[in-house]
Amino acid sequence: MADNVKPRVKAPKKAAAGEIIVLKTLISHAMESGQRKDSDGNKIPRSIINRFTCDINGKNAVDVTLEAAISTNPYFEFSAKIEEASELKFTWYDDDGSVYEDSKSVAIG
Amino acid sequence: MKIKALTAIAAIMFAGSVYADENAELVVNGDLEIVTKTAAPAHLSDVMDEVMSGWRFRSEGTQAMQMDDFDNPGMIFVDQAMDAWNTAEGSEGKSCASCHGDAEDSMAGVRAVYPKWNEAAGEVRTLAMQVNDCRENKMGAEKYGYTSDQMAAMEAMLSVQSRGLPVNVAIDGPAAATWEQGKELYYTRTGQLDLSCASCHEDNYGNMIRADHLSQGQINGFPAYRLKNAKLNTVHARFKGCVRDTRAETFKPGGAEFVALELYVASRGNGLSVEGPSVRN
Amino acid sequence: MEFSRRETLALGLGAAALTMLPMRVMAAADDAIAAFTGGADMSDAGVTLDAPEIAENGNTVPVSVSAPGAVSILVLAAGNPTPGVAQFNFGEASGEQSASTRIRLAGTQDVIAIAKMADGSFAKASSTVKVTIGGCGG
Repeated sequence: MADNVKPRVKAPKKAAAGEIIVLKTLISHAMESGQRKDSDGNKIPRSIINRFTCDINGKNAVDVTLEAAISTNPYFEFSAKIEEASELKFTWYDDDGSVYEDSKSVAIG
Repeated sequence: MKIKALTAIAAIMFAGSVYADENAELVVNGDLEIVTKTAAPAHLSDVMDEVMSGWRFRSEGTQAMQMDDFDNPGMIFVDQAMDAWNTAEGSEGKSCASCHGDAEDSMAGVRAVYPKWNEAAGEVRTLAMQVNDCRENKMGAEKYGYTSDQMAAMEAMLSVQSRGLPVNVAIDGPAAATWEQGKELYYTRTGQLDLSCASCHEDNYGNMIRADHLSQGQINGFPAYRLKNAKLNTVHARFKGCVRDTRAETFKPGGAEFVALELYVASRGNGLSVEGPSVRN
Repeated sequence: MEFSRRETLALGLGAAALTMLPMRVMAAADDAIAAFTGGADMSDAGVTLDAPEIAENGNTVPVSVSAPGAVSILVLAAGNPTPGVAQFNFGEASGEQSASTRIRLAGTQDVIAIAKMADGSFAKASSTVKVTIGGCGG
């Protein structure tokens, strides 16, 4: 697992039934592109987060395939429709097999 | 030929530059008002009327990233440093919190007055020096590298506790000699390009240096998350970069010269708000 | 500023090299588009792409895409060493079919967004982003 990987998620605590909410996520990750060389001229191997998903009560809101052109510390803003009190699950998949997770609850009110 | 062609290309590039409204104001999270332009401190009255944060020199997109703590990537490292604050390290089994409690309470206002004279040590100290003094002598832990990611994160976390408060470093009394030394360095030309700090940041702020919009070189926003290297950058690392760009041998981060320069440059921003971690290009 | 004949020629050649070079990389972007659309026609309407006209630094460029009713949006940077940026697939819990992220651009180039709609049709939008070269490496 890459060092110091830390997800941050911003979600509202409450929403009206049927409301579309805005979600923001940020995770610390070098996103080594595979295009850079070290001081000896050797290619630094690619090491990125290659997939990010957000599920609302088990239903998918967004499933993103990331390439090496996504900046260091990947940031996403997107929206989801909240029908009922929901558990939001956020998952990032690393090239090295690591999986980073975070979750939030949204109440109806 | 080379220079003419470069100038021609540069002229084309500048023609398209879009920089933000000069009267834009920085409000973080919709409620924290940041002073990014104010009357220059008295000691600068001969050279400028107003001091301005580097935020005012950036493009709209870069400015926007600092207006919301979630959009500001520097805040990830503030979270990391808050974890470090509460984690015991070293032979004494202490964390920062063991002595200082909640950073929100004990560290409010601290960033704003550093660098600061330390009576017991008989020297002017930066915040980074103070952090390492605690680590070494109170915690029995390894010092952080002076410009390391961990130090940058800790400084960012400490800055957040003073965000919005005016920078107010003391330049008189026992700090006066160090301040004079810093001032001397600020105006000393270095390197093959023969540039002083003042050449760019006092005489030419607001002008373009190739495609870059020169700021006043204020440090109230440090540590700064730079889009260029996508990490938090400390003041001394930035000083080193600037001096290197004059094609000179640089001073050592954490060394006496840069400590003095930091005090002097910080004092040029007395009255601006503490902004760190800022977002810059 | 006056240029001699030789200087003008040299500048012209430089400009020609600049315009021709991206052709090869464009081919990679075209391949990626073909793989996504299967060669289907693309409408000009239905997807919007927001990107800055000028990026202060190519390492972190904010972009947003939006395509109401899309099942997925592919984002490409035609002038990067590899054109892929991201593909957003929207599931049943998605709200508006839109997303924002921050991307790397190796230089001035076109950013392209292609949306696949629920009915299997495609829409395309593109935007040129100028990437400036900073004055200070600092």
